[in-house]
Amino acid sequence: LGLSWWSHVEMGPPDPILGVTEAYKRDTNAKKMNLGVGAYRDDNGKPYVLNSIRKAEAQIAAKKMDKEYLPIAGLAEFNKASAELALGDTNEVIKSGRYVTVQTISGTGSLRVGASFLQRFFKYSRDVYLPKPSWGNHTPIFRDAGMQLHAYRYYDPKTCGFDFAGALDDISKIPEQSVILFHACAHNPTGVDPRPEQWKELAAVVKKRNLFAFFDMAYQGFASGDINRDSWAVRHFIEQGINVVLSQSYAKNMGLYGERVGAFSVICKDVDEAKRVESQLKILIRPMYSNPPINGARIATIILTSPDLRKEWLEEVKGMADRIIDMRNQLVANLKKEGSSHNWQHITDQIGMFCYTGLKPEQVERLTKEFSIYMTKDGRISVAGVTSGNVGYLARAIHQVSK
Amino acid sequence: MVTSVSHSLFPENVFTRFHQALSPWLVERKTLLFSLAAYRTDEGQPWVLPVVKKVEQKIANDASLNHEYLPILGLPEFRANASRIVLGEDSRAIKENRVGGVQCLGGTGGLRIGAEFLRRWYNGTNNTATPVYISSPSWENHNSVFVNAGFKDIRAYRYWDAAKRGLDLEGLLEDMESAPEFSIFVLHACAHNPTGTDPTLEQWKQIAAVMKRRFLFPFFDSAYQGFASGCLDRDAWAVRYFVSEGFELFCAQSFSKNFGLYNERVGNLSVVGKDADNVQRVLSQMEKIVRTIWSNPPSQGARIVATTLTCPQLFAEWKDNVKTMADRVLLMRSELRARLQALGTPGTWNHITEQIGMFSFTGLNPKQVEYMIKEKHIYLMASGRINMCGLTTKNLDYVASSIHEAVTKFQ
Repeated sequence: LGLSWWSHVEMGPPDPILGVTEAYKRDTNAKKMNLGVGAYRDDNGKPYVLNSIRKAEAQIAAKKMDKEYLPIAGLAEFNKASAELALGDTNEVIKSGRYVTVQTISGTGSLRVGASFLQRFFKYSRDVYLPKPSWGNHTPIFRDAGMQLHAYRYYDPKTCGFDFAGALDDISKIPEQSVILFHACAHNPTGVDPRPEQWKELAAVVKKRNLFAFFDMAYQGFASGDINRDSWAVRHFIEQGINVVLSQSYAKNMGLYGERVGAFSVICKDVDEAKRVESQLKILIRPMYSNPPINGARIATIILTSPDLRKEWLEEVKGMADRIIDMRNQLVANLKKEGSSHNWQHITDQIGMFCYTGLKPEQVERLTKEFSIYMTKDGRISVAGVTSGNVGYLARAIHQVSK
Repeated sequence: MVTSVSHSLFPENVFTRFHQALSPWLVERKTLLFSLAAYRTDEGQPWVLPVVKKVEQKIANDASLNHEYLPILGLPEFRANASRIVLGEDSRAIKENRVGGVQCLGGTGGLRIGAEFLRRWYNGTNNTATPVYISSPSWENHNSVFVNAGFKDIRAYRYWDAAKRGLDLEGLLEDMESAPEFSIFVLHACAHNPTGTDPTLEQWKQIAAVMKRRFLFPFFDSAYQGFASGCLDRDAWAVRYFVSEGFELFCAQSFSKNFGLYNERVGNLSVVGKDADNVQRVLSQMEKIVRTIWSNPPSQGARIVATTLTCPQLFAEWKDNVKTMADRVLLMRSELRARLQALGTPGTWNHITEQIGMFSFTGLNPKQVEYMIKEKHIYLMASGRINMCGLTTKNLDYVASSIHEAVTKFQ
């Protein structure tokens, strides 16, 4: 057999998001900027390991714990703390125990476990509705899990804001008992979030149409700087009697990217349902990777359950959120200084790590080719990659390609 | 590895719950856990390898390290060195640049990524009908992995001969001869789980010859390299032989046992292809698969392994730690066998020392197993599988006498 089994295997296209970083790394221009991946950078453009995290790690190192397998559902303490972070520890759901939370491989792992669970047990529909646009990886995750993807209007390119009327209109027409996915806060890629009164109306129509709500919360604390404010939408839906499912990631808000810390929660009718759901989640997880990695979950647990460290963490999260907000303000100020006549208000109206600049693919290409500024084709920039040192350069470049 | 039994007296995962909830109690009450797939010291304790402690300290003290995302396929130094470990220092395939690695979440993750890839790209595209053959018996999660990857036709190939308590080579080869061409065969690289029974070198050669002639795809599961015989090269012999015979193959490697890194989820899927170009394309498609399951793998465990494998001193220390574990298991095997023979326990017990690795198929039948569990508080699997790591110098006599009682009371 001189031939390979793989002769017909096509070269896969580079991942659109992570591929940006690869291209950035190859660039030799000293002024290059990586505004691709959503990983936080400090004002020197460096990765930031939170002090609270370092302290938690030191505690772990001192304890000299064993390396025994975690249960399939992960570290129980972590799961409880994670649910409490999302819902608030006085939430009726937490008190009654009518939920299950399993530790997952960060947000992606959580979404995949959730999608697989729906594929197997949500007998009413195969249809999942994503906001348009959504995180690029949502579609392949749900598709690989066996679901079908559709979209509801979300981003209004005319205003670079929320198309509330369009969203309500589309959602009111979604077939009953379909799955609808919401970004809990800091929508990725647009940075456009509904206001509380808009969330209320969205919850009402979801309830009316008996839709199944799937929340993706990857930025709790990171969006506004306030963990309770950022999880308001999730809590409101639950309060309205909507039993949601929820994906959480600690990649950004704890800076634990490569440790892969996440959780998937299912709000249930009662404790018995929660137990049954948990048993099925474990059956799904086991043939994926057996049980999750402990390191990041241990760190997160210590942070969430030690009063001092939790306080310090919350301050650091606010610090990150504040720096992002500051960069947004500086970018707009600099664009004005450059003499741009466009309305850039959306840059400060949007929230979280990402900003939909409104730039077209051709303009993005020019930014990359002429200025070595790397971002995704849809005009999304990671504001975390902006610093007081390069915001002026960025503004100049944007002005050049958009004037 | 979390275990559950195919035809069990107990529901899934009860053994894990026992262990976690009752550990100190168990030690006191002489309730002996022989069902978990984790190494234990002679004091019945988990063992963090000294080299791992050392490397973890190094990592903890290195302020230059951060928690940034790894690439989708994982830490490059880990992938390359992990593949080198199984394929050998002087691997021609590596020199010819036709080997790739995908860092995965443990051996399970490696199997799943490999299975997902095969379902999409092997024997056509999205050919869910390609038969997948799993040994009878095998690690019970094998079946689940391939089913969940989308394969519709999972079959068993004969492996364990209960009557002679050894390998049913004739049955195995017959099943390979009659398997449809291009079928996938999941092979245990060494220390077969759960039987502890491996083909001899000559038998592996026969297996390879049939597989080559029938165009069968070898998917190796290597969870115990070094842990079985105490020697890394010896435990990788089968995989290396297949590579030298020109096979394209997958090998899902786990570092859970040989590094004792169970909960860090460290694994590597090694891909050996005809040439670099094919391997590149395969890896690019595996990236797409990984991206929708976990995006990119956890860094801690991979860092520990990579650091160890790339430093000669640490590497030597690691091999030593591995040998410590393997030697203890080998000692327990010979001690148990000696006691059973001294007691005159009915039956033959040489299989205890002929089998290799963490597990042994004792040959105890369900009634005898039930006795062991209920009356003697020795929790082995209903299949009669025992984890040799549960044996200690302190409990050898008790276990031997319990087996003796079980075998003499129930036939």
